[in-house]
Amino acid sequence: MFQSLDFPGGRVAFTSEMSFIAESSEKRVKCYRVLDDNGHPMSSRFEQISKEVAVKMYSSMVTLQIMDTIFYEAQRQGRLSIYMTSNGEEAINIASAAALSPDDVVLPQYREPGVLLWRGFTLQEFTNQCFGNKADYGKGRQMPIHYGSNRLNYFTVSSPIATQLPQAVGAAYSLKMDRRDACVVTYFGDGGSSEGDFHASLNFAAVMEAPVVFICRNNWWAISTPTSEQFRSDGIVVRGQAYGVRSIRVDGNDALAVYGAIHAAREMAIREHRPILVEALTYRVGHHSTSDDSTRYRPADEIQHWKISRNPLARFRKWIKRNGWLNDEDESELRGNVRKQLLHAIQLAERTEKPPLEDLFTDVYDHLPSNLQEQERLLRETIEKHPQDYPADVPV
Amino acid sequence: MASIFQAVGAAAALSSSNSFDSKKFYLSSRKSVSERKGSIFVVRSDGRMSSGRVDKLVTNAVATKADSAAASTASKPGHELLLFEALREGLEEEMDRDPRVCVMGEDVGHYGGSYKVTKGLAPKYGDLRVLDTPIAENSFTGMAIGAAMTGLRPIVEGMNMGFLLLAFNQISNNCGMLHYTSGGQFTIPVVIRGPGGVGRQLGAEHSQRLESYFQSIPGIQMVACSTPYNAKGLMKAAIRSENPVILFEHVLLYNLKERIPDEEYICNLEEAEMVRPGEHITILTYSRMRYHVMQAAKTLVNKGYDPEVIDIRSLKPFDLHTIGNSVKKTHRVLIVEECMRTGGIGASLTAAITENFHDYLDAPIVCLSSQDVPTPYAGTLEEFTIVQPAQIVTAVEQLCQQ
Repeated sequence: MFQSLDFPGGRVAFTSEMSFIAESSEKRVKCYRVLDDNGHPMSSRFEQISKEVAVKMYSSMVTLQIMDTIFYEAQRQGRLSIYMTSNGEEAINIASAAALSPDDVVLPQYREPGVLLWRGFTLQEFTNQCFGNKADYGKGRQMPIHYGSNRLNYFTVSSPIATQLPQAVGAAYSLKMDRRDACVVTYFGDGGSSEGDFHASLNFAAVMEAPVVFICRNNWWAISTPTSEQFRSDGIVVRGQAYGVRSIRVDGNDALAVYGAIHAAREMAIREHRPILVEALTYRVGHHSTSDDSTRYRPADEIQHWKISRNPLARFRKWIKRNGWLNDEDESELRGNVRKQLLHAIQLAERTEKPPLEDLFTDVYDHLPSNLQEQERLLRETIEKHPQDYPADVPV
Repeated sequence: MASIFQAVGAAAALSSSNSFDSKKFYLSSRKSVSERKGSIFVVRSDGRMSSGRVDKLVTNAVATKADSAAASTASKPGHELLLFEALREGLEEEMDRDPRVCVMGEDVGHYGGSYKVTKGLAPKYGDLRVLDTPIAENSFTGMAIGAAMTGLRPIVEGMNMGFLLLAFNQISNNCGMLHYTSGGQFTIPVVIRGPGGVGRQLGAEHSQRLESYFQSIPGIQMVACSTPYNAKGLMKAAIRSENPVILFEHVLLYNLKERIPDEEYICNLEEAEMVRPGEHITILTYSRMRYHVMQAAKTLVNKGYDPEVIDIRSLKPFDLHTIGNSVKKTHRVLIVEECMRTGGIGASLTAAITENFHDYLDAPIVCLSSQDVPTPYAGTLEEFTIVQPAQIVTAVEQLCQQ
């Protein structure tokens, strides 16, 4: 006789067949893709973008690539303390940013400067933050690449992994209370998905029906830990259902696929008041940071394969050129210009004064409390007595 | 960003107390207690004190500054309530005043909170403004931080302060730091509150004194309430502060009853409270230990001593102005705390006083704390871990003999 149980969440049917759900499906979740490896659309049904948007996207990807190259070199020359590239993930950065509106609040991990770039952060502004000078919006307090801009709705990068995920849910909660036509978008890596905050954030977002788009850059490597040692699930996309969150897997190196998926995710999140999980498959072509040498733990030919054959810029370029929207001269000119601008920005940033001593103590609280005033006074006294022991380029 | 809406009425009421100084706007100064006829002033704290000995045991006496407000407030009778109700009243007034204020935590909604501080708020303000969260302290604290950075003013309730150890990452790395590291672009006006301290046989994990662990975090402020009056005042001040504030409540003080003013008031977050002026010795304490100190003070007065008792209230930063003035007067300091000996508030306070007022001390500072042991479940053993009035009396006698 057919029997079922009324239980919170819906009717549960009984079965007399004992069977365990397999730990993984036989087939992995499919990956959404628009352009094949040669830049040909695999179907005609995809989100079309205009020439302006396409060219802007490509130019931004190029700019990001060059910025990474030059800042990386600057660190190697000792001009920057540390740098982290986004090599190989340019499509995720730019295409996702292009699919958002400026009102959407972005909570990054740290490998998404392209989103800021798309929104209008200038090369000089990036450089100022990396060099920690007076013009840095962070007032020289954070490490390089820890950008932040409240004007561009991009929350300041905070180093601990995945802490931005529950914050994203909170920001979405705020948008929901205000009934804004905007969502929150937050990024994290395959490694970040192991943190407790990831689990709780998806859960919270689902329960609270919060408009958050969770974008996972599954780039295969968390410093030296490959995904096979990070989790045993079929990537991150399958976890969505565990929390009641709609999810999709997308080819992270296909700019059009990323654009389409994020655009759709955003619409759903806002219209339906729900979180969406997007897993973008990609590869971290560069080292984790300038303090890492990834050739020590992964084969050089694997890196080369993704750098060349699976290069996101190359694929997108083929499609754009075929449309007649870009030619080689334009590209060379662009590259030359960006390079020049960056070198100039670095020169200017290095010449710009460092933030003054008082900025060591301001913004800890809204006003300077007496204990910090005291500590500042003591420090100034010490510097006056022993000026040779303190950096000369910090205005006192 | 969240919209800003100011109720005109609330703004008008506040203007009269804009220059409010916690020490002025007081109902129950020592003078007015004996003047008032018929009004009963009872402080009940689970049987440790009984009614009747009111004239000596005033828990919220006015400070040494100008005694101007006593007469003007004698005309308003005020209303009596319990400490947890005072917290709720403060919270409700702020939620009425500013639509950005919201509450989140476990069981704060329809359940009304484990200690009933949020009772009745969810039906009044809705499920979104009084939000029940799943069990993940680090995550709902993170959520509050994200909401604050986007313009809301959230109050996070830890069901027990000890659970906020799970939120340490968000509190330390983000709550305390993001205003600074973002160059001032983002503010985090959150209030994190909850009951802590040693209760009645709640077991080691539910008897934590988190103020010890959090005191080092730069960028946060910490206050501890101890009476219905200062509970309401500190709650309101914390909500209005642009800085992240941790408000420490005590499990055993929620049912304290007191008569508080009808008019709106807030307490200063950075001020200590003069509980009993005196000449012989400065006793610094906060939260529940205030009552053990006042109990000991009764005995001490009978023995001829004149202790000055200060409830420091502000745990970060310390009100070194009030404390310093006292030390300069009495030259002897006794600190009575519930924290464990190692790394507690008392340890920091000892260092701060020694550094700043060394010349004024006639004797080394004595700090009475709990032992460095997890709080046992057995009632008798638990009692041994808490500083008792008899110990305080002995310590004062010893200090005054030096």
